Amino acid sequence: MQTGLEDQLGLYQKRIPIFTRSVKGRFRRFKTSVLVLAYAIYFLLPWLPWSRLDAPAQAVLFDLPGRRFLIFGLTVYPQDVIWLALLLFIAAIFLFFVTGLVGRAFCGYFCFQTLWTDFFIWIEHKIQGERPARVRLYRQPWDREKLVKVGGTHALWILVSFWTGLTFVAYFTYAPQLVVDFVTGQAAAAAYITTGILTLSTYAAAGLMREQICTYVCPYGRFQSVMYEPETLAVHYDARRGEGTLGRAVVRAGRGIVVERRRAEGAVAEERRRSSLSAGQRALAERNEKGFGDCVDCGLCVQVCPVGIDIRDGLQYKCISCGLCIDACNTIMDSFGFPRGLIRYDSEKNLAAATPAPPRVQWKRLKTIGYGVALALMIGYLGYSVATRGSFDRAVNQIRQPLYVVLSNGDIRNRYQIRITNKAAEDQTYVFSARGIPADALDLGNFNEITIKPGHSGLVQASVRLSPAVAANTQHFELVITPRGKPAEARSEKVRFDTPGKRP
Amino acid sequence: MSEQKLQSQTVQTTGHAWDGDLQEYNNPLPAWWVYTFYATVVFALVYWTIYPSWPFGKGWIGGVSQITYVNSEGETKTHSWNTRALLMEDLNQAAAAQKPYFDKVSAMPYEQIAKDPEMNGFILSAGKALFADNCAPCHQAGGQGVVSFFPNLTDDDWLYGGSYDTIHETLMGGRRGYMPAFGEVLDGEQVDQLANYVASLSGIEHDAGKAAAGNVLFHSDTAACYYCHTSEATGRKDMGAPNLTDNIWLWADVPAATGGEGKVAAIRGVIANGLNKGVMPAWSGRLSPEQIKVLTVYVHELGGGQ
Ligand code: SF4
Ligand code: SF4
Repeated sequence: MQTGLEDQLGLYQKRIPIFTRSVKGRFRRFKTSVLVLAYAIYFLLPWLPWSRLDAPAQAVLFDLPGRRFLIFGLTVYPQDVIWLALLLFIAAIFLFFVTGLVGRAFCGYFCFQTLWTDFFIWIEHKIQGERPARVRLYRQPWDREKLVKVGGTHALWILVSFWTGLTFVAYFTYAPQLVVDFVTGQAAAAAYITTGILTLSTYAAAGLMREQICTYVCPYGRFQSVMYEPETLAVHYDARRGEGTLGRAVVRAGRGIVVERRRAEGAVAEERRRSSLSAGQRALAERNEKGFGDCVDCGLCVQVCPVGIDIRDGLQYKCISCGLCIDACNTIMDSFGFPRGLIRYDSEKNLAAATPAPPRVQWKRLKTIGYGVALALMIGYLGYSVATRGSFDRAVNQIRQPLYVVLSNGDIRNRYQIRITNKAAEDQTYVFSARGIPADALDLGNFNEITIKPGHSGLVQASVRLSPAVAANTQHFELVITPRGKPAEARSEKVRFDTPGKRP
Repeated sequence: MSEQKLQSQTVQTTGHAWDGDLQEYNNPLPAWWVYTFYATVVFALVYWTIYPSWPFGKGWIGGVSQITYVNSEGETKTHSWNTRALLMEDLNQAAAAQKPYFDKVSAMPYEQIAKDPEMNGFILSAGKALFADNCAPCHQAGGQGVVSFFPNLTDDDWLYGGSYDTIHETLMGGRRGYMPAFGEVLDGEQVDQLANYVASLSGIEHDAGKAAAGNVLFHSDTAACYYCHTSEATGRKDMGAPNLTDNIWLWADVPAATGGEGKVAAIRGVIANGLNKGVMPAWSGRLSPEQIKVLTVYVHELGGGQ
């Protein structure tokens, strides 16, 4: 079918700009404290000093050229990649666990997209004013005021984005030096490129795209729905209470109370606006008698929503569960003296129940308990592994070409390659011995001991020579590696010994 | 149908009619698409300027981007960008990074190289690559050799000696092992007697009577085995004559043969047919002196160095 020029469909739908109204309340306070805490950690951590012998005095430093992560007193080497894997597993399971309990808590309160967007909106609010002022500014032609205000907002956004990018880079190199080098043009090309990319992407994601990231880009928003269960707590509008039988009704202040019917026909009710709770309850009783719900259709919950949706249409994929509509509605309910919680954290199951109980977190479900147990096990293992790690890594490999050598007097020789990685903070010398074979059988050639710098690896070639009679009875023996002066840290490896007659 | 017709009338045409009524619709591209197209044109122009692009005469237009490298003859060449030149540049850089180590190798005596942990690490990695490229086809990846063909470099028996100097000499000049075919001068019985005697030297099951006769023959001028293998049968390293009294066999595949009979037969074969295949090529012209020195230390460390 052809489409005429007049009604040609756009190739994409234009974004409807969202001007969020600021709101006060429990969730706003919580969001603000998370934001302050997260920013304090992210922006200040690279500047925290920490004295070290062999590395810059920075508490958290991801030293890529040195192939190690310095995290306070802990040095993590590539060999410890299992920790990273575990950490990612734990993060994923934790996400599933929390989502099953209280929905998209990560999205609404902790996700960096949400945090940065929230901060950028705060900047916008500070410069351009509250929602009506911003809408007016948006509609206004490009005059001096608009240029200054909008330009100033974007300039500040870019500044924040830049500092965000530079801070990220500061985790990978000594921060004070980086800032000096960056300004004087001495920093590494990678620092400029990374900062540039992060500045642009932060500016674009938190300043320009905002909720579109959550709606169109982020995969998590799409698959989180499979983690919800009927018992999961989520931000819900209590439609039964809000709509009544006749629908929502506006309260008009001033000229008495005009109740406008939305869902049903005919009935128009009058009420007086009251501010005290008991008066509010009376008014509410009156409304309910007439068949109207508790929602006064003020639209505040829509105005505060950072993704621009109406929660009264039901739970939807765009909702990031930020709780701001709860704050908004509670404010309205308070001002009318109606009970709070028309929009609240509740479960689908409870909302559908004949007599809804007070909402509470329900964890007694197989899935939640399973995730909880998995989480506890993995965290326990990670903690154990970090706490008990040795001061060095070792790998003893038998040389397989050839597996054994018959020497001129008939003795059998096997050779081994020992690789040691020093994970301690200072130079360390390692000595070797063997258990389960005669004392003189182990030959370390030119290197009876090896000294390795911190974070480095060393190779030692060892050979073991046994007479045919002993060899015939030796399947395995133990190779003991001892850091000199620290016998408690000795580690042993069980290794194979091959002889001509033996078949594996 | 009628609806479709109605709608199609609202689409612009190019304004030209062929054969009276044949017209062409004009459906403009979305603007962003057009701009993307222009952007790709600009990209192409920039790309052509920088990189090789169009065929031109017998060659092509090289573009302004150039690569300078030193080829294997040591000449410095500059060429417009291409992947071969890029590879040469990479190889040059790798060689430059290796150079300080090779310089150290040529300046240090063998024993010192082997005792220096850093240099030892270099020998283990560079030597492994050199060995794999040049030696492994015969001596196998781990230097274990092939019985009847190529000597094992990891045991403690050496045809020509296992000191640094002799290994170096072997690498530089190559070797040629030779043993006459005694089947041509001795009869079958005598060869059998010699084989039994050689078997007796390393404790292999044998016929004592024949071995005693072989002992006489070994030291006689008829067979004259002792010329090369010495009268103690321990061999002569200056001529590559193997020690017959140890447990190591290169030519006769004794370890694989079963029973005394079989093992003696394997020895008999070598005595009767002789050998003319123990050829090790000379590497002096093919590898640089430093590379040969690295290989010398590497082979010495394979386990058998003396
Ligand atoms: S509907 Fe909007 S304001 Fe309410 S929780 Fe969801 S995202 Fe937040
Ligand atoms: S804030 Fe509450 S009262 Fe106001 S429209 Fe939303 S649900 Fe209704």
